[in-house]
Amino acid sequence: MPEQLYWEDFEADSEITPLSKIATTRMLVKWAGAVGDFNPLHYEDTFAAAQGLGKPIVHGQLKRAWLVQLITDWIGEQGILKKFSCQFRASDYPRLMKTMGEHKDGETWWCKGKVTKKYIEGDAHCADCDIWVENGKGQKTTPGSATVILPSRNRAI
Amino acid sequence: MIPEEVAKFIGKSGDTVIYEVERGAIKKYADAVDDPNPVYWDEEYARNSRYGSIIAPPGFFGWPAKWSRPGPTIIYLAELSEEVAAALAEAGYSRGLGAGIDFEFFCPVRAGDTLAATPRVIDIYERQGKTETLIIWIVETTYINQNGDLVAKARTTGINR
Repeated sequence: MPEQLYWEDFEADSEITPLSKIATTRMLVKWAGAVGDFNPLHYEDTFAAAQGLGKPIVHGQLKRAWLVQLITDWIGEQGILKKFSCQFRASDYPRLMKTMGEHKDGETWWCKGKVTKKYIEGDAHCADCDIWVENGKGQKTTPGSATVILPSRNRAI
Repeated sequence: MIPEEVAKFIGKSGDTVIYEVERGAIKKYADAVDDPNPVYWDEEYARNSRYGSIIAPPGFFGWPAKWSRPGPTIIYLAELSEEVAAALAEAGYSRGLGAGIDFEFFCPVRAGDTLAATPRVIDIYERQGKTETLIIWIVETTYINQNGDLVAKARTTGINR
């Protein structure tokens, strides 16, 4: 795990360490089973096509979970995620599997973020961030925002 | 104008559902996301962390203690949300998609916690899409743990057409 991030360690417009993800049909199966989302939109071709989405799409909530990890990785164990928000603006399509264990070539998604504001509220050293998931074409399919509280080098949270 | 059979849900609260947060479920979730953070996986690491025990990734609230068989399509979807979706389908807006989610987190969710989840329809309104009318609906779920602590609030937005 990287060193703990402190409020003083970044600027009001710093970038958040990017996090790459590869959505595969297998990951979607894992997600469906892990949270109990059995919507055929995410695993059945004809159903997804009938819904007007072409092929099965990545669960929006899975992309949300990626973005939560983007933040929790950045803020470290002492950081607190206070608010989180994201919108599912565009569909993402998983890579297929090549063998039982390996996925085929295809796009890689990047979770990215940028601090938009640093401020202190009472005792809390806060930062607001814009965050998003970028698909393989660089399109922001899942934009969002987060508010975090970080430890300060001047005093513990 | 949104149909009356749909509008009547605005402000309506649904039954409280009890969720159980289990270590194994946390691991399956973290595995699905591909998040190796040891606070989700490693008992000893978590014990020595600020949390004192394994926690759930923010946004994971475990599984309902029980649900009907064969169960709803989305197990964690509140009955209230299913009723709204059914009313929307009846009114001709049967194609629904999740549009987004907003969380406010108040304290960690730990393995072993029991959460009481209560949903409420915050709003339902119309929006003109490019080629069709869209109906936007927002459900807020409040999660309270076994100690009576407010743990989180989640607002889910759906778009139906």
